[in-house]
Amino acid sequence: MTGTSSRGTGSAESGHARHLLHQMLRVRRLEEQCVELYSAAKIRGFLHVYIGEEAVAAGVMSTLGPDDAVVATYREHGHALLRGVPAGAILAEMYGYVEGCCRGRGGSMHLFDAATRFYGGNAIVAGGLPLAVGLALADKMSGRSRVTACFFGEGAVAEGAFHESLNLAALWQLPVLFCCENNLYAMGTALARSESQTDIALKAAGYEIASWSADGMDVLAVEEAARRAVDAVRAGGGPHFLELRTYRFRAHSMFDPERYREKTEVSRWMERDPINSLRNALEAAGQLTEKDWKSIQQDVEAEVKAAVEFAEAGTLEPVEDLTRFVYSERSPQ
Amino acid sequence: MKTTYREAMRAAIRDALQRDERVFLMGEDVGAYGGCFAVSLGLFEEFGPERIRDTPLSESGFVGAGIGAALGGMRPIVEIMTVNFSLLALDQLVNNAATLLHMSGGQFNVPLVIRMTTGAGRQLGAQHSHSLEGWYAHIPGLRILTPATLEDARGMLWTALEDPDPVLIFEHGTLYNVAGDLADDAGPVDISTAAVRRPGKDISLITYGGTLPVVLDAAARLAADGIDAEVLDLRVLRPLDDAAILGSVAKTHRAVVVDEGWRSGSISAELSARITESAFFDLDAPVGRVCSAEVPLPYAKHQELAALPTAERIVAAAREAVGARG
Ligand SMILES: Cc1ncc(C[n+]2csc(CCOP(=O)(O)OP(=O)(O)O)c2C)c(N)n1
Repeated sequence: MTGTSSRGTGSAESGHARHLLHQMLRVRRLEEQCVELYSAAKIRGFLHVYIGEEAVAAGVMSTLGPDDAVVATYREHGHALLRGVPAGAILAEMYGYVEGCCRGRGGSMHLFDAATRFYGGNAIVAGGLPLAVGLALADKMSGRSRVTACFFGEGAVAEGAFHESLNLAALWQLPVLFCCENNLYAMGTALARSESQTDIALKAAGYEIASWSADGMDVLAVEEAARRAVDAVRAGGGPHFLELRTYRFRAHSMFDPERYREKTEVSRWMERDPINSLRNALEAAGQLTEKDWKSIQQDVEAEVKAAVEFAEAGTLEPVEDLTRFVYSERSPQ
Repeated sequence: MKTTYREAMRAAIRDALQRDERVFLMGEDVGAYGGCFAVSLGLFEEFGPERIRDTPLSESGFVGAGIGAALGGMRPIVEIMTVNFSLLALDQLVNNAATLLHMSGGQFNVPLVIRMTTGAGRQLGAQHSHSLEGWYAHIPGLRILTPATLEDARGMLWTALEDPDPVLIFEHGTLYNVAGDLADDAGPVDISTAAVRRPGKDISLITYGGTLPVVLDAAARLAADGIDAEVLDLRVLRPLDDAAILGSVAKTHRAVVVDEGWRSGSISAELSARITESAFFDLDAPVGRVCSAEVPLPYAKHQELAALPTAERIVAAAREAVGARG
């Protein structure tokens, strides 16, 4: 079964829509800040920003409950933030400080947070999919009605782990929501140059998984599709698959000279900026005043500013702790 | 009680399933087929398909799912048919199982046990005969066990399941039919120390897993010649029991390491280096090594035997070490 969900209806309660706008802006501003900090050499390593794709994380994340689990990739600052990991802990992690969500051991690509059941932060393309299947298996075997949402790019679709995971999840009817963030490029490789079948939802349907695609630039459309899927998964309907058609506005990483796509293509997509689109739609419908927007912006600026201050005040993990947590501190003899 | 290595292993799995409802066994053909080495024979009927879970041929998928299930609070035992096939799951083993705890700053334990067969000696050709446990012993974050005796086959699993970290258990294919006596009340054993299987004073023969019986055979032959060899069974390849290794060498002043892996970059290379680093002045002879020939393991019986550490080769290496001085 595959289908395309309708575009956002705009019928969503306006307070909720403003909330989604706020969430998307939080991700946007945090990451713009990251880029600045990166350019200032405050944070290092690989940095992959999500700018342009915020509707995906915001739409899906708003349908999950606190007991659900999230597995994400190396482009996961937004997922972590919207899952509830504090912005300060995310930034401090990128600074490499012990106050970071992984004591500075993970960095940008490896954010983890037990409190919010955020299981990474996986820098191996498709490496998180089997984990999500296993988390869902544990829930199913324990009789818990929890959902594991697994985010990955369309590049992951070519990996064996993708196919093994979809097969297992469908075979065992596990409560997983697969969320493919199809931004059309895996680094510089366009989808059509890597897949014989470019309709990813159709490919997933081949595993007898209910699969839908949605406009990943429209947070209301993403949320609607995700809510339907999450409800079905939670009701015991087995795995569901969402293909969210989106676009990243920035380069793959801070090292990418972006030779593989035309500037005009990027600017065409930027006209569909998920934040501007929702803002404009809400304003046109009289559901967002200039004052509302200002207050959302102020909120976000304050949050990001506080996060930077938190990170700046961070400290280094003592080198004596280097080998802690290679093994647990309570190993049996 | 008379039993075999295979039955001891099965008893350990049954025991684990009975004691903790979070435990389940998953792998290719562990269920209806009874396990490709018949280790889980009968458990499918006893515990049902939920807990004795057949998986598709997808090592990366089900090993990763085992890691996820462990993260989710279960205590999975994942069986990989042989170490050769575990290479298809290397990503999950190395990039996830071994790293998640450290990378997450101590937040995410992976209490997972993975069992797999290793080793040659059954004329199965290169793709079913390699001994790669030394590779896994290279990886921080994993604990590597090599049960060589009935006690360890029976007792290591339970302790491994209590370990909050990922444990890999390597079962040598030639050991499954080994029969012997096992105490009726045999229970959990420690998974951190090496064990002296034969005390001796002239030389330390250090080994593990499938070559333990071969080394014991060699030691008996040496005894007939008046050479009193101590046989040390490593039991755990990571973390290594340095105290036992160095203690034995301090006593005997000579060592030969026997390892079915290839010599270059092997666990025996590591042992030789550790002994040289820490016990150089105890040594009366260079540390010897008896490993597999550096070839993909051949099918033909004579060639396979020629490639493996045999009692003859061990005896020769031990004689050389003892003859080296004094
Ligand atoms: C197994 C693996 N191979 C290659 C890489 C290098 N790499 C990092 S990101 C990437 C592209 C992934 O694209 P996609 O899955 O579409 O995600 P996106 O970056 O578009 O979000 C590649 C090839 C990797 N991290 N892991």
